[in-house]
Amino acid sequence: MMSIDLSVPDRLQATLTVAQGEFVGLVGPNGAGKTTLLRASLGLLPATGRRDLAKAAFLPQMREIAWPMPVERIVGLGGAGPAAVDRAIARMELQPLRHRRADALSGGEQARVLIARALAQEVPLLLADEPIAGLDPAAQIAAMEVFTAKAQAGAVVASIHDLGLAARFCTRLVVLCGGRIVADGPPSVLTPDLLAGVFGIRAWFRDTEEGPVFQPLSRVATLP
Amino acid sequence: MVRSLIPVVAVLFLASLLIGPAGIGLREALLALGSGQGGDIALIMREIRLPRALLGVMVGGSLGLAGAAMQGWLRNPLAEPGLIGASSSAALGAVVALQSGLAAAFALALPLMALGGALGSVLLIAALAGPRGSAVVLILAGVAVSAIGAALTSLLLSLSPNPYAVAEIVFWMMGSLADRSMVHVWLALPVMAFGAALLATTGRGLDALTLGEDAAATMGIPMRRLRVCLILGTASVVGAATAVAGAVGFVGLVVPHLLRHWVQGVPSRLLPASALGGAAMVLAADIAVRLIAPDRDLKLGVLTALVGAPLFLHLIWKMRRGEA
Repeated sequence: MMSIDLSVPDRLQATLTVAQGEFVGLVGPNGAGKTTLLRASLGLLPATGRRDLAKAAFLPQMREIAWPMPVERIVGLGGAGPAAVDRAIARMELQPLRHRRADALSGGEQARVLIARALAQEVPLLLADEPIAGLDPAAQIAAMEVFTAKAQAGAVVASIHDLGLAARFCTRLVVLCGGRIVADGPPSVLTPDLLAGVFGIRAWFRDTEEGPVFQPLSRVATLP
Repeated sequence: MVRSLIPVVAVLFLASLLIGPAGIGLREALLALGSGQGGDIALIMREIRLPRALLGVMVGGSLGLAGAAMQGWLRNPLAEPGLIGASSSAALGAVVALQSGLAAAFALALPLMALGGALGSVLLIAALAGPRGSAVVLILAGVAVSAIGAALTSLLLSLSPNPYAVAEIVFWMMGSLADRSMVHVWLALPVMAFGAALLATTGRGLDALTLGEDAAATMGIPMRRLRVCLILGTASVVGAATAVAGAVGFVGLVVPHLLRHWVQGVPSRLLPASALGGAAMVLAADIAVRLIAPDRDLKLGVLTALVGAPLFLHLIWKMRRGEA
């Protein structure tokens, strides 16, 4: 689905391969290079190295809807046909909003419209930059479920700050710090040492009968 | 929706042909226009009123189209066609032609120099912004080029030894369609057609840009080509419009704004709508100029600004209420 070996001077040096069926959570503190990695992978940023991607849709971090267009028109902007637009609108439960002005919706509703727009492109790979930030809990879980389903037939790479949701839903976590990948693997890579070193936090993380539960507890006093 | 503007433009075009100080009857006027027979009447219709009405459509359409394209590109309803510096550089070219006496020696020197000025601004902006320049860099380059154009124009005016030339320049800069000939039409038409053809290709790109530059680029929009088409297209239509009509303000700003909700905010649909709306506005303003002060040469650009600015205030007022 995706194989990159990219370097952006002073900002990023990363090698990453994503296979079909993977839902990769890109985690790391602010400024770790998550956005840079996504944008460089898509060729939106000058970078040296190699990149090889399946057809990809992208959800930028900046949620921008400049004009008073109806929701269904926004969803179709990527060149999607009416059937694909209908499917994406149904998937994101936007039916009641379909004829409303997208720019007048709430922030969370706009985020769902934009996710629907990316889904409507119906391409195998989805790259998303903080797609669930600012959503209410139900909408966050719904979006993670949509990404999980999307990853079945392709792959999803999403930068996520909520480590709890990332640990529950992502099949794999890629931890970025200072422009480098410092850990890569199943959610169990979030070890106490890594959390202290990369995020500067302590957390409670167990596999329970409700699935993996991750709860940040406190900052660690001394950063190495 | 967009189509309903076509009859409006057609009616205003006819009205523009039929209204004038010569007071020619409807039947007579159209007969003379069609046949070329009828002495003075045919002369007035074919050499004075026809070019004036045609230029009204062309200049208004150009400004409306360029305004819609600029607003779509920058995702900003305050963008206007002059933003990339084409109109002020075209004005500078015209002022040089008037000031140097070239315009007096050779009638086409003025529009040709104005077109040259617009071309110069495109080259300068392309050089300033570079191949990867973002919209913001291009705007700033446009602001700088506009400032240079305006400063040089003022310099020429302040150094001018000839008060008549100064008056002529000042009046020219106010914008007018009076006393233009078919030569002006033929000069502007190919440049405007070229620019309009370029801008017509930008619809899908402008639609995608609604979601920002990154989203548009990943939706398969060739951003560099889009940028070239927008800059070159806008400079062509605006440069040609300024070259034949002077500075006609507010059309490119107000018309896309007025029509945006009609087309549900979709930039690609706004392009043709705004071109037609601009043509209607300039035709109407040019008719009004003749009706309000038939024996004084009230300038078109003055009227469009006088009408356009309050209209714009009204829109802002409505927008503010909508947000409250």
